[in-house]
Amino acid sequence: MSSSQIIELESKKPLLIDPDRPIYLDYQATTPVDPQVLEQMLPYLTHDFGNAASRSHAYGWTAEKAVDKARQQVADAIHADPREIVWTSGATESTNLALKGAAHFYSGKGKHIITLRTEHKATLDTCRQLEREGFEVTYLEVQEDGLVDLKAFEAAIRPDTIIASVLFVNNEIGVIQPMAEIGRILRAHKVLFHVDAAQALGKVPVDVEAIQADMMSLSGHKMYGPKGIGALYVRRKPRVRVEAQVHGGGHERGMRSGTLPTHQIVGMGAAAELAVQLMDSDARRIGKLRDRLLKGIQDRVEETYINGSMEHRVPHNLNISFAFVEGESLIMALKEIAVSSGSACTSASLEPSYVLRALGKSDELAHSSIRFGIGRFTTEAEIDATIELIAGKVGKLRELSPLWEMHLEGIDLNSIQWAAH
Amino acid sequence: MAYSEKVIDHYENPRNVGAMDKDDSGVGTGMVGAPACGDVMRLQIKVNAQGIIEDAKFKTYGCGSAIASSSLVTEWVKGKTLDEAMTIKNSHIAEELELPPVKIHCSVLAEDAIKAAVEDYRSKQGAAQVSQGGETLSAQVAH
Repeated sequence: MSSSQIIELESKKPLLIDPDRPIYLDYQATTPVDPQVLEQMLPYLTHDFGNAASRSHAYGWTAEKAVDKARQQVADAIHADPREIVWTSGATESTNLALKGAAHFYSGKGKHIITLRTEHKATLDTCRQLEREGFEVTYLEVQEDGLVDLKAFEAAIRPDTIIASVLFVNNEIGVIQPMAEIGRILRAHKVLFHVDAAQALGKVPVDVEAIQADMMSLSGHKMYGPKGIGALYVRRKPRVRVEAQVHGGGHERGMRSGTLPTHQIVGMGAAAELAVQLMDSDARRIGKLRDRLLKGIQDRVEETYINGSMEHRVPHNLNISFAFVEGESLIMALKEIAVSSGSACTSASLEPSYVLRALGKSDELAHSSIRFGIGRFTTEAEIDATIELIAGKVGKLRELSPLWEMHLEGIDLNSIQWAAH
Repeated sequence: MAYSEKVIDHYENPRNVGAMDKDDSGVGTGMVGAPACGDVMRLQIKVNAQGIIEDAKFKTYGCGSAIASSSLVTEWVKGKTLDEAMTIKNSHIAEELELPPVKIHCSVLAEDAIKAAVEDYRSKQGAAQVSQGGETLSAQVAH
């Protein structure tokens, strides 16, 4: 670490402000470690480097104490007991452990799993793997606003359904699913409820009792903690069992072996506590910035479409499609802003975002979508600069677009027989 | 995606952007691609009495390399006869712009756009010839 960074760290200022780099609006991809979090992590890399599993000396005891404190912090953040928290390498591993672990343990009871088409790939790909192992998975459609239809959800439950997995806050469109209602339905049918809360903690209140979750995946780096650390909540009452996926030493009560990364765990604990502490003030400030961004874009650019419900949505996310411009060229034009696009045009298949497709969006609109992720360190000046850039660059690309010209001439693009290629 | 400097140059300073009157008998218009696939190119050529392409314009909805490919072909077709323009191959475009393998389809689309524009011009001329009398039609069709 350079001396200038240490000074910044000491003054508790974000390390982000750098005029030579693009404006960072990709907070749903990852977040920087909050300087307050980093400060707590550092001693555990050097002075307090002990192995939490070493029971015979003070080095181990110091590490164990730090791990216990962090376990309590994460448990408190989701209203759980610390004995219900299992450390993992991240939310992807947590989801793998939850779904594979519970599916394997309860396979004698049934082979059916329910999830949504708009889930994160960690869930979808794990479900695909379970299908290869002989499990059956229902991938439920969502409504146009991205929310699940509760009646359809309940109707999908079968006598042999063992697990349902739902993303609390969607990573692409930020919509919040009705978790308490889903939890009630699942508990009534005695189906285990796995919640992917990687994008939820710190953005919305997360309470495993209120939503009756049986398992919950959490991530450090989505809430200003470090990468490479996550946790899985596994309910004790009534007890939920998962079969270990990683063996070797029986750490984490046998559910996940491997030496605990003390500094990462300390970081995740501190980040979880801070996330809950700052949730309301962050949401208020970020919500104002999001509204400013939306209004700024809508005032300056016609033919924009918001993807996903605005009502049931975290303020940290805005996902907009810009009709008649193509997504990758838009990302290229917006090189001064770090954002994500719904266009996967970099692959040969030209496959647009499966989440936006599941909302019933056309390929064109899915291709031309931009996800703006606003976070703790976003400033009003950055939002204003983004509005300027978007207005200018979308305008420029539309000047180049034959589709925009046809739209201005009143030609319905759906009436044209396009040659597939 | 790492683009070549040439792609970025054409993308940031596209040449010959615009539209011509598609009903002008001296103008050939080729529109290829589909919005659902993420790229639509429209190439227009203006052909003089000597059969030389004296002007070209384009508009493209698509990624950076689609825009660059169509911008490049407007430069290349100018001053060429129709037959010469038809010899431009996607491989030439891909090579000039150093397109990565996943972007080869952009150069294919640009080649298709040239062919479509030339064909449109020729069919307009053919139709004009037919209305003037059947004799010269065979000469046009022979191309």
